[in-house]
Amino acid sequence: MASSSRTADDTEIVFRAQALTKVYRMGEVEVHALRGIDLELPRGEFVVLLGPSGSGKSTLLNILGGLDTPTSGQVICGGRNLVAAGERELTEFRRHLVGFVFQFYNLIPSLTARENVAIVTEIARDPMPPEDALTLVGLAERLDHFPSQLSGGEQQRVAIARAIAKRPAVLLCDEPTGALDSQTGVVVLEVLERINREFGTTTVVITHNADIARMADRVIHLGDGRISTIERNPDKRPARELSW
Amino acid sequence: MTALHRKVWRELWQLRSQALAIAVVIAGGVATLLMSLSTLEALQQTRRAFYRDYRFTEVFAELKRAPEELGAALAALPGVQQLETRVVAAARLEIPDFTDPATGLLISLPDGRNPELNRLFLRRGRLPAADRDREVVISESFAEAHHLQPGDGLAAVINGRRQRLTVTGIALSPEHVYQIKPGDLFPDAKRYGILWLNRSPLAAAYDMDGAFNSVVLTLARDAREGDVIAALDRLLAPYGGTGAIGRADQVSHSYLEAEFQQLETMARVFPTIFLGVAAFLLHVVLARLIATQREQIAILKAFGYSRFQVSLHYTQLVLLMTGLGLALGAVGGFWLGRVLSELYADFFRFPWLDYRLLPSHLALGSLITIGAALLGTFGALRQAYRLPPAEAMRPEPPARYRPTLVERLGLQRHLAQPSRMILRHLERRPVKSLLAILGIAFACGILMVGNFQQGAVRHMLAVQFDLAQRYDLAVTFTEPTSRRVLHELAALPGVQAVEPQRQAPVLLRHGHRTFRTGLQGLVRGGDLRRVLDEQFEVLDPPRQGLVLTDFLAELLAVQPGDTLSVEVLEGRRRRTSVVVEGLVREYVGVGAYMDIEALNRLLGEGPAVTGALLALDPEQRPAVVAALNRSPRVAGITDRLAAILSFDETMARTVLTFAFISTLLAGSIAFGVVYNSARIALSERSRELASLRVLGFSRAEISYILLGELALLTALGIPCGFLVGRGLCWYLTVGLRSDFYRVPLVLESSTYAFAAVVVMASALLSGWIVRRRLHRLDLVAVLKTRE
Ligand SMILES: Nc1ncnc2c1ncn2[C@@H]1O[C@H](COP(=O)(O)OP(=O)(O)OP(=O)(O)O)[C@@H](O)[C@H]1O
Ligand SMILES: [Mg+2]
Repeated sequence: MASSSRTADDTEIVFRAQALTKVYRMGEVEVHALRGIDLELPRGEFVVLLGPSGSGKSTLLNILGGLDTPTSGQVICGGRNLVAAGERELTEFRRHLVGFVFQFYNLIPSLTARENVAIVTEIARDPMPPEDALTLVGLAERLDHFPSQLSGGEQQRVAIARAIAKRPAVLLCDEPTGALDSQTGVVVLEVLERINREFGTTTVVITHNADIARMADRVIHLGDGRISTIERNPDKRPARELSW
Repeated sequence: MTALHRKVWRELWQLRSQALAIAVVIAGGVATLLMSLSTLEALQQTRRAFYRDYRFTEVFAELKRAPEELGAALAALPGVQQLETRVVAAARLEIPDFTDPATGLLISLPDGRNPELNRLFLRRGRLPAADRDREVVISESFAEAHHLQPGDGLAAVINGRRQRLTVTGIALSPEHVYQIKPGDLFPDAKRYGILWLNRSPLAAAYDMDGAFNSVVLTLARDAREGDVIAALDRLLAPYGGTGAIGRADQVSHSYLEAEFQQLETMARVFPTIFLGVAAFLLHVVLARLIATQREQIAILKAFGYSRFQVSLHYTQLVLLMTGLGLALGAVGGFWLGRVLSELYADFFRFPWLDYRLLPSHLALGSLITIGAALLGTFGALRQAYRLPPAEAMRPEPPARYRPTLVERLGLQRHLAQPSRMILRHLERRPVKSLLAILGIAFACGILMVGNFQQGAVRHMLAVQFDLAQRYDLAVTFTEPTSRRVLHELAALPGVQAVEPQRQAPVLLRHGHRTFRTGLQGLVRGGDLRRVLDEQFEVLDPPRQGLVLTDFLAELLAVQPGDTLSVEVLEGRRRRTSVVVEGLVREYVGVGAYMDIEALNRLLGEGPAVTGALLALDPEQRPAVVAALNRSPRVAGITDRLAAILSFDETMARTVLTFAFISTLLAGSIAFGVVYNSARIALSERSRELASLRVLGFSRAEISYILLGELALLTALGIPCGFLVGRGLCWYLTVGLRSDFYRVPLVLESSTYAFAAVVVMASALLSGWIVRRRLHRLDLVAVLKTRE
């Protein structure tokens, strides 16, 4: 039941997107990546975003995270309209409120695991020590390894440690398990789950993998730039039970 | 240290070889800038102090002879602050253990004391005592050349009378910082010295009792030099005044000025080239780095680093490379400045030389260098600043290639696939390829400049001494003499030929332009002293009219066919008009030439000679010199061979020093450009090359694709470099043009060859280093990385 798990008073809406569109222009051709998205994300929710390739998932996530601007529409986060925000405000927003995890880890190769986390905590307001963040993702033994000395799953966990170390209000993950085998993927998901539970971090995970939807509070299906369905997951499973 | 700073340092370390190559080029720019600025500053500072403390005068006048009473009238001229009269004479010198002819300029001192103007700086010993007629102070360079000490003796033949002199001191004068015998190409301290002695004995020896033949003066605060010179000339004309001059025409001063100008040119040209190339290299390296780090930039921005912080991060990398270059350059510049100042100290005799590296120069150098570095990398930094984070998450779109010009022309069937790849790659980045070619071209050009001077000077010597001045000895007489003397000279054993010389000081005037020079009489069909036309063909002096040095014609704005007014500055001081019949190509000095008969008619003095030119049997040369030395009529002897030898000797050291330095610097440019191009190409194409290896291409074949590109760039850069080098040399020669000499734009084929060889060697070296990297290419690692 939609209203039983939350009431209008105790739910704080972290994100509210209204009528978002995004059009890419490539010469003569116009690509409509988003065709009017309305979305609300309450605090502490774990959302999985599903959809076929090219449906606009990454585009939506980038706009929510202040990495990109929509062609029209609004994104309200904590009372601020991100679309109207200037570069400085967006930077502040990303610095203090958002954590990103990307499919290809995107660690900085010239920095060790610890330093890859430190680079974010150094500019955040109330971060946890990089060592703590890495311990949380089970990498206490790998603090001084460079990315090239880590496996794919380890790299992705460093990327997660980097994203959570600042204690962000939202964690946006674009196919965090896309490049991982199922076993390693589960380890990574467990970490996300734990962060979501322990810190109450609103978490959005993009995936192609419908199995992962079983651990979500809500599953949003995207198709051709529109939200096709939103389902609430009545039977939320812990990550450790997943496999694919 | 923050993680971002660690990233800078680690990446600098990763780029170390490229960074070092760039730093060396920057260092070249900084070093040449600091070297020229600090040397210039040292010379100017020293000159200013020397001129001020030793009261260097502002106007100089020579005359035949005027009574001492006239001095008071001259001193009373408006605009004159202080004036001194003196006696100046040329003398032949006889130095123990030195048989070559030597000339001295004898200058009077007020008996027993230092003059008020153009005061002497006594390096050692003392001034002549008031009542000692035989005591003399000699110039430092002359003393050093002959190892003369206070207490040593020498003899001077003044006006035909031989006088024994004793050295009491060694001195320097602001009037003779540069000591060159009038008409010489180069200073020769062994054969030309300045001697100062008490006025009474000098006047007695030179028939100047109660008279003077030279005036020096300083100007009142707001006096106009031209007015004072004009007034002085009016008063001195009846006494054989040859025209007063200001500092600008004073030999020592104007040589210094010319040198300062050359240093300024150097301070402009070389640092510009070096820093331009460095800016280009920094651009290439940084642009590539930023392209490969698109995703890292996106990450930094996604996690809340501002655009400014991100671009600052890359700016720090640029500044570190630049700083390394600055540090190397500062040390190098300090050292080069020292070397250069020491070279200068041999030519320019100052009592002291305050050489130091001024903080302001260092600041200026840093500012210019950092400015150039930031200007060069501005585009790449802006790229990092602007890159939208969402955009940067996606890999760079595949580079767009298209068929090359060669292929569009339908020539591709002559090219194998790898060669097509080379051409396409070059054509895809036309600006970068062009700039790389330009960088190599400038390296080649600088190498040519380093060797150009040597070749040009050799050419000057060849023209001057093989074609024009072919005599062995030039003899000047104490006064115009009857032609009989020529027969006497010809009768000396060992003299093979004699030709007369007639010279008169004249003022040439064309419109409002004037020039003082010597009008020389030449023998038609003469063999020992000839003048050459533009094609270096011997030009016989016309029966009527005169011929002029081409540079003098430029100064006077006359062309063949124009008429000049000629005012003779001695004897009857005739004024006539003479037609310019032709131009003479001369690199040293400027002059006007006439048929000697026509000159005698013009002077109205009958067939007299002022000197003679001799061709000698080399065996008998010392005997001839000794005989001439005994002749009272001989005022001076110039030895042509000795002039060439001493020139070669002095020049060799200077030229070698410069050539060595410029080779080193230009080599570093060539290496920097080729090496960095190679490294960038390797980074851009390692995936492609690794794929080819996987497909079965051999190491040699992929080396060809990469190194062939560099070879092509180098091959295109060298001919462009020849043009650039010619242009640079031309610019230098234009800056060096003066009445004293013009350096011709003559580039020997060895100059071209040397530049090409050094560029190719640097290219080969960098190719070899890159090839070793290419051979170690880790196929798995390269193909695994996501681009
Ligand atoms: N910079 C761009 N320029 C032009 N079109 C773009 C650009 N970025 C994305 N698109 C287009 O927008 C659409 C949505 O792209 P998006 O990356 O959001 O898809 P996605 O759902 O994340 O797909 P995937 O699952 O493959 O990652 C696609 O059709 C894509 O081609
Ligand atoms: Mg996507």
